[in-house]
Amino acid sequence: MTFRVLPLLLAGASMAACGSDPSPDQYGPNPQLPEIQRGLFPSMKISKPTGWGDDKPMVPAGFKVDAIATDLKIPRQTLLLPNGDILVAEGKAKAAPPLRPKDFIGGIIKKQGVTSVKGGDRLTILRDSDGDGIYEARGVFADRLNAPYGLAFVNGAIYVANQDSVVRFAYQDGQTAASGPPVKITDLPSVINHHWTKAMTASADGRFLFVGIGSNSNITERGMMAEQDRAVVWQIDTQTGMQKVYASGLRNPSALATQPFTGTIWAAVNERDELGPNLVPDYITSVRPGAFYGWPYAYWGRNADPRVRPQKPEKVAATVRPDYSIGSHRAPLGLAFSVPALGAPFADGVFVGEHGSWNRNGVVGYRVSFVPFRGGRPAGNPIDFLSGFLKDGKARGRPVGVTVDPRGAVIVADDLSNTVWRVTRTATPPAAPPAR
Amino acid sequence: MSDRPAVEGHSSPLYAIILGFIFPLSLGALLSDWRYSFTYEIQWLNFADWLVAGSLVGGGLALAWTLVANTVRGRWRHRPSSLAALLLVIFFVIQFINALTHSKDAYATMPAGLILSIIATLLALAAAWLGLRSSTKGVAQ
Repeated sequence: MTFRVLPLLLAGASMAACGSDPSPDQYGPNPQLPEIQRGLFPSMKISKPTGWGDDKPMVPAGFKVDAIATDLKIPRQTLLLPNGDILVAEGKAKAAPPLRPKDFIGGIIKKQGVTSVKGGDRLTILRDSDGDGIYEARGVFADRLNAPYGLAFVNGAIYVANQDSVVRFAYQDGQTAASGPPVKITDLPSVINHHWTKAMTASADGRFLFVGIGSNSNITERGMMAEQDRAVVWQIDTQTGMQKVYASGLRNPSALATQPFTGTIWAAVNERDELGPNLVPDYITSVRPGAFYGWPYAYWGRNADPRVRPQKPEKVAATVRPDYSIGSHRAPLGLAFSVPALGAPFADGVFVGEHGSWNRNGVVGYRVSFVPFRGGRPAGNPIDFLSGFLKDGKARGRPVGVTVDPRGAVIVADDLSNTVWRVTRTATPPAAPPAR
Repeated sequence: MSDRPAVEGHSSPLYAIILGFIFPLSLGALLSDWRYSFTYEIQWLNFADWLVAGSLVGGGLALAWTLVANTVRGRWRHRPSSLAALLLVIFFVIQFINALTHSKDAYATMPAGLILSIIATLLALAAAWLGLRSSTKGVAQ
């Protein structure tokens, strides 16, 4: 296999010499889309992990950040319970089996950018009894789960999206451990599971769960048979477990959130790789019921992807454009709507956990950004909310799930340093923002 | 030594086996690429990808052997011609580019993958043919 490692190393060396990719402004509803570009060597730039030491991520003025839990086993998403307790889903699915020579090489290289800790397959519960911001109590709420990721609290119960099923735990206020094994609501598509994370949110009335099911490949290289029930958002009835496709063509909808007031389902989507450093923009979008967002046939509206055969012009023509580009290769894995208690300029908008790029020479992402909203729609460019995850080209952490505590805090899971961060205001917020 | 059969000029069976990798594997890759190019059945492309990789392993070993036999003085029973060595070098380079091309996803491999497979198969045929031919170059001693 060395015959393929060597050129990758050489390519890496030459890339370092040429510096970063150009980074055009790719924010907003009309991102600039360059021509497709892919040399003989795929761009792979992995930021090697390093520790935080006594350092912390950077926050905007008027905020502070604390690590409220460390030494977790790959924390991904968090859930706030009514009494203020925080549930942390920890785990990692086994990588899909290598299919081609490339998968062996790529797997080894990408492994360098993630934690070496084994996934916990469990839910950890964190408690701050006296409200001083120190989560002094910690326990295992449930274990022996299967790569749990999406979490939702509705109808007085805790719903967990494993990599292969949605399950429900009964919950009494103040409970610190599950009273028994969970009840399965429905199976989820899990064959191969190239994109295994199952993001989840619930409808405002608690009747439905929405689960993001990512594609089984980058761009159909495992064949279309592997893409049955993939690259979709499912709507699942919490009572019966019956499900239907809510929207499709979303390559990897790795974070879902329900918008306050409107109840609209929003998704953060990881778009396809190997078309160049500035293709294809990852995005956040309100999910229109029944809409087709392009994968695999088209990207960002009606731009056909030439790698997909047979082509389907009718699907390209039917492709809906997403709402808002956050830029290519940023890997959004967290999405949470803000609350007025966080104060201007963060009172109205969404937080996006950007896990960070690999398919790009100039590394992007590695931050929690904030996209301001006005009138329920994105209005303005993303700004840093939690940053400093990269230092001297090494990664100290990688943000995943983001949860907003309505009392005025933002909780961020970091799956590289195995930490949960909590960002709070150091001062009372300035005057309340004008009513929408 | 004197009762040994006259094998002077014949290649070692092991060399023949190693050199024997490149033509069938390259041909297999070519046929798989050809099928994929119009059926779009992804498994053909997976086959082609591995066959190209396999031909590079065999081709690399054969190339090393050939270069050593051509540069190191000694009692070689068989010394492939420099033309065979040159063809093997070109084959290896082309097939290596072909392997990188095959590492692209789905139809991004086409048509370059198919064209490179055709060239590599012809080169493999010529290199193996010349490499296994009796050569008088190395038998004097």
